[in-house]
Amino acid sequence: MKLSILGARVIDPASGLDHITHLHLEAGKVIAIGAAPAGFSASETIDAKGLVAAPGLVDLNVALREPGYSRKGNIISETRAAAAGGVTSLCCPPHTKPVLDTSAVTELILDRAREAGNCKVFPIGALSKGLEGEQLAELIALRDAGCVAFGNGLESFRSTRTLCRALEYAATFDLTVIFHSQDHDLAEGGLAHEGAVASFLGLPGIPETAETVALARDLLLVEQSGVRAHFSQLTSARGVALIAQAQARGLPVTADVALYQLILTDEALIDFSSLYHVQPPLRTRADREGLRAAVKSGVVSAISSHHQPHERDAKLAPFGATEPGISSVELLLPLAMTLVEEGLLDLPTLLARLSTGPAEALRLPAGKLAVGAPADLVLFDPASSTIAGEHWLSKGENCPFIGHSLPATVRYTIVDGRITYQA
Amino acid sequence: MKKVPLLRGKTICNVFFENSTRTRTTFELAAQRLSADVITLNVSTSSASKGETLLDTLRNLEAMAADMFVVRHGDSGAAHFIAEHVCPQVAIINGGDGRHAHPTQGMLDMLTIRRHKGSFENLSVAIVGDILHSRVARSNMLALKTLGCPDIRVIAPKTLLPIGIEQYGVKVYTDMTAGLKDVDVVIMLRLQRERMAGGLLPSEGEFYRLFGLTPRAWPAPSRTPS
Repeated sequence: MKLSILGARVIDPASGLDHITHLHLEAGKVIAIGAAPAGFSASETIDAKGLVAAPGLVDLNVALREPGYSRKGNIISETRAAAAGGVTSLCCPPHTKPVLDTSAVTELILDRAREAGNCKVFPIGALSKGLEGEQLAELIALRDAGCVAFGNGLESFRSTRTLCRALEYAATFDLTVIFHSQDHDLAEGGLAHEGAVASFLGLPGIPETAETVALARDLLLVEQSGVRAHFSQLTSARGVALIAQAQARGLPVTADVALYQLILTDEALIDFSSLYHVQPPLRTRADREGLRAAVKSGVVSAISSHHQPHERDAKLAPFGATEPGISSVELLLPLAMTLVEEGLLDLPTLLARLSTGPAEALRLPAGKLAVGAPADLVLFDPASSTIAGEHWLSKGENCPFIGHSLPATVRYTIVDGRITYQA
Repeated sequence: MKKVPLLRGKTICNVFFENSTRTRTTFELAAQRLSADVITLNVSTSSASKGETLLDTLRNLEAMAADMFVVRHGDSGAAHFIAEHVCPQVAIINGGDGRHAHPTQGMLDMLTIRRHKGSFENLSVAIVGDILHSRVARSNMLALKTLGCPDIRVIAPKTLLPIGIEQYGVKVYTDMTAGLKDVDVVIMLRLQRERMAGGLLPSEGEFYRLFGLTPRAWPAPSRTPS
């Protein structure tokens, strides 16, 4: 299909491009920006006046729940939801059943994702077998099957020595390891940030040190092993300060935050609403400001949804008996636009954190809007608004933003020159 | 007269997801003396172990046309959750939820204080022991504040104090002698044995030596009988 997109404000954070022009797509690639090449005749044209055209969003953590948790979501439903949020590439975490620690599971996910055709899916393999933190998963087999990075989620390694060896092994083959730094012992049994709100509600706390103690250790191990590392889902101001220190020392580590952590704080828990039960937990206003500053400065180069869809029953119980997580990938763009609306970020910087930043962190072939690059893009109307939940595609309705009016509306999501979402 | 017809024709369900003797029997007695029909269910030993969810259990009880549930549950916020999900004409009374609140125990403690001391405006009240895990302490702190008590103190080692306890408007002491100086009322919290295992305290003996209510910690002359 030959597609021309006419008169959009084209923003490519990677090259600094930001002006009103035309895009021409053919055979899954961007073949020209500006005038159409000689002899090009579009089979379809989008009048994009008033719209912004940007690289398709890259989300580093979208739980697809398949295989194993079809009651919560599946590859078709969750990639459709992602496309609606402007996402063209996503990484899925290894927390499936069976765990994503074999090439068979990797291939199954990739096959289903290709069949669904809504998004490019890049699986994150388990760093240890069964995520049990004892024995290394077959990292090279997983890499060859299509895993782009390896992580153990919030599950910790049984011993620091085993973790250290896992990092050395990954470093041998230049694999990227994703850390969700949280000390298992300090966090055990915790349900909310250890602070005034949790104390008042009588909820067992997860101290800030659960993050910082593990993070400090992990950064030292990264430095020693020389492994390529990405730190995911940071929650505390002191945590991002540790990342900033490491980067200033010259350690090439990258980091992401969950979008909801930039918006919510632990004050949301005051009515015991299980919609705000997340792991790692929502922290204080000061932490949120610290995360926001780190996103602005670039210490944190990626914003991800950390999408975790659940069935209704998973959230229908007293707070402590519910499952953690928020379903929000289909609101990624409009929800993130609140950061522009509030004046924290300018639009190109926001788009960088949602595309170039995450793509570079995991070396994904995505996040660029340039001639010759894959035609993965999002077209959105910055002047319009989205009523969250008016249409809902994810199987998980566990989203505290439903009913909110958010800035901007995604009009088209395009993957390899093919329209995967249109509104 | 012990029995009044205030709740005649009403049905009260005591739904206890956690073991209780005092709270359960006092609620039963109160319901009977107000002429309500009362049934008590110990859910911890029945449906929960058969895989029935909390909501399933509640729907079943709702169907019996109960007018009020008195709920005790081990999870903080359980009464809140139940109140949100049962039909609106059913009243919910919190009989203790996790570490969060135990309002009726708090009211009872306040009544006891008022009977002995008259009013709260000039009182010093100390709460001693495991504040961290205590729903009673939380309810008592809120109640004392609400009733205008000007000097609320908590006395405990740091391991048994929740972070941010200052939000209740209390003064924190880690020494019994200093904390009990000139107080009018002392509330001693129960200490559960399992606290030793978690490393919160070295031993019962050491805890008693430091935080026990002894004549040495609270000399008799400073007690003001009324």
